[in-house]
Amino acid sequence: MSSTRTRRTRAALAGGLGLALALSACSGGGDEGGGDGGGDAAADVDCAAYEEYGDLSGKTVSVYASIVEPEAKQQTDSYIPFEECTGATIEYEGSREFEAQLPVRLRAGNPPDIAYIPQPGFLKSIVADFPDSVVPAPEGVVANANEYYTEGWVNYGTVDGTLYATPLGANVKSFVWYSPSAFESAGYEIPTTWDDLISLSEQIVEDGGIPWCAGIGSGEATGWPATDFLEDVVLRTAGPEVYDQWVNHEIPFDDPQIVEALGTAGEILKNPEFVNGGLGDVTSIASTEWVDAGLPILDGTCWMHRAANFYQANWGEGVTVAEDGDVFAFYLPGESEDDKPLLGGGEFVTAFADRPEVAAFHAYLSSPEWANAKAEVTGQGWISANSGLDPELLQSPIDQLSFDLLTDESYTFRFDGSDQMPGAVGTGAFWTELTAWIANDKADDQVLADIEAAWPAS
Amino acid sequence: MDWLVNADTTAEKLVLMLVAIGLFVLVMAVILLGVDRVKRVPQWVVVVAFVGPAMAAIAFGLVYPGLRTIRDSFYDRTSSNPVGLDNYVAAFTQDAFQVVLRNTLLWVVLVPLLATFVGLVYAVLVDRTRFEQFAKTLVFLPMAISMVGAGIIWKFVYEYRPDQQGVAQIGLLNQLLVWLGIEPQQFLLNQPFNNFFLIAVMIWIQAGFAMTVLSAAIKAIPDDIIEAARLDGLHGVGMFRYITVPSIRPALVVVVTTIAMGTLKVFDIVRTMTGGNFGTSVVANEFYNQSFRISNLGLGAALAVILFVLVIPLIVYNVRQLRLSEDIR
Repeated sequence: MSSTRTRRTRAALAGGLGLALALSACSGGGDEGGGDGGGDAAADVDCAAYEEYGDLSGKTVSVYASIVEPEAKQQTDSYIPFEECTGATIEYEGSREFEAQLPVRLRAGNPPDIAYIPQPGFLKSIVADFPDSVVPAPEGVVANANEYYTEGWVNYGTVDGTLYATPLGANVKSFVWYSPSAFESAGYEIPTTWDDLISLSEQIVEDGGIPWCAGIGSGEATGWPATDFLEDVVLRTAGPEVYDQWVNHEIPFDDPQIVEALGTAGEILKNPEFVNGGLGDVTSIASTEWVDAGLPILDGTCWMHRAANFYQANWGEGVTVAEDGDVFAFYLPGESEDDKPLLGGGEFVTAFADRPEVAAFHAYLSSPEWANAKAEVTGQGWISANSGLDPELLQSPIDQLSFDLLTDESYTFRFDGSDQMPGAVGTGAFWTELTAWIANDKADDQVLADIEAAWPAS
Repeated sequence: MDWLVNADTTAEKLVLMLVAIGLFVLVMAVILLGVDRVKRVPQWVVVVAFVGPAMAAIAFGLVYPGLRTIRDSFYDRTSSNPVGLDNYVAAFTQDAFQVVLRNTLLWVVLVPLLATFVGLVYAVLVDRTRFEQFAKTLVFLPMAISMVGAGIIWKFVYEYRPDQQGVAQIGLLNQLLVWLGIEPQQFLLNQPFNNFFLIAVMIWIQAGFAMTVLSAAIKAIPDDIIEAARLDGLHGVGMFRYITVPSIRPALVVVVTTIAMGTLKVFDIVRTMTGGNFGTSVVANEFYNQSFRISNLGLGAALAVILFVLVIPLIVYNVRQLRLSEDIR
């Protein structure tokens, strides 16, 4: 008996030791990574601009956003000057499920310190649903916002008169991508009015081509590129004032002016002669992924593709994006040459904690120092509406053009409407109904009436 | 004692490791030695020790969320104000949700029946043939692929490109059609057939499961029964109809109900392949949409409850069948 007992005790000890070793081996490494990421960049950082934030050594700020690799790397790189100068640590976490997970984390009482919210409408519902979690912008942030951003941009981060969120990045959506060399050899001019655009399309049809290619596929978010298209047309046919009333539901979603705009959009998107170059018939717009939709331009099976400046990331290796390169974009023209509405979007920095280091980081993100640091580490595909951003730092021609349009006062900027609407519409019915509009040839007025019906009562 | 919490140097880390190991060994030793010394433990202690943690986990992880979901289904989108039956009325009357319920019904009827049928026929056909192992492995392989993976694979199979100069097909099925001289089809877009193309994916996955279970059941049919039937003149289809199927009935019921339950919960395939667009959404997908994308917790909870109610009869039937077959034994 006693010998069995001893043997069993030894076996237990041995097993325990092995397990303990394995456990401690697992837990050891984790602490190393976060603190000193990218120490090399420290040398050339001028810390003078960061003194106002004070010494934040040992403090940590967690950031949660929808931006994932490879753009996430550019985000974390742009925090390095702040981390080096103040000693704070920024823990960045990007998730493709951001919009679904942020409310879950808030409801569970586990909010991030800072979140980048890409839709003002989502910000509104977060403020309404979780008034105790979200923190109004502190003084330094408010000062930065008012100094470096236009009133319009400040208003997108304001809910019921209180500024909560400041703009981070920005994008410009009123672009038509084309191939400059193909246009030149065919003798096509870049259109400067909407009528020119339509007659150019008809010209291309006459010459035996299919002018437009489009795609609205985006997994469960399928349909969003079509909402951008409609918004761009509403800005042109009905004007910015009607657009604002429409977005804020001061006029019904299916107002006659919107029905007219959808009809105008349909003259391109649902015209079998105009679409869908290299991709199929009208319904193929619904099944084509938006990231692939412009690529037929490179094959010469399509001439024009309406997409935002960030579409440049999809052209692939070896394609030069420049006015004299393989592809470039022109401004989607207004009704006349003087009528220049501009549709765009962006993310908004929202804080869920009022600790000093969080306020300091929030202020940093709204400052020109950050915008310039971000531009320096980003090869292409990023701009900001921050007026302190040095355009020389932007590295791609389309980004420079976007920034020029964004800061040119002759253009009337409006924020993406679907991003401002309540979730049931902006990320629900608006997407699915426009998908049905294309995939099932659903009638214009029926589409708009069904979206109107989905608008939440309260 | 700060180094215990924040070990910085290698020496501190080593000491910390030793302390941790020592603690672990101590605890394990106490437990293992103690087990032998205690001779008489009251029965309720044993019961609580063994059943308690499981009950606590079920109560906290299953019963509480279940009750909470049922409660939420009678509340508004932030689950703060009661709205009565409004959510259920919306779920059953709005056109969009009727399509969702219709699709779920299609899935629940077609997938278990077809997957079981395919699995059964296949199991019978390959039974006791030379290449049985290999043939079974082939059909069983899809079981090892996750639903999302299967969705992506089949999305490529159904991929559409126009039949046009300079454009190459990249979808297997459409390339076959083009070779046969038929126009390529938008398999995932054209209603109502797109639902059947999604259902085919689930059948592809589940047929292997049905085949494996049923094949084992077929092998368990006693040889004397088969011989007696043969002497009575039964062959081929007759043998299948009167001997094989009745003998494996309990296994058939388990397979059909298990697949049906899995089908009711189907979400991954629909979300990966169409995102619920083009009239292909099912209850589980719509429940996720409402709860997490549109932030309408009340309606999402109502859909989850509907799903729960739909599963109950299947579980009841399954348990009763299990009892019956145990009684026979």
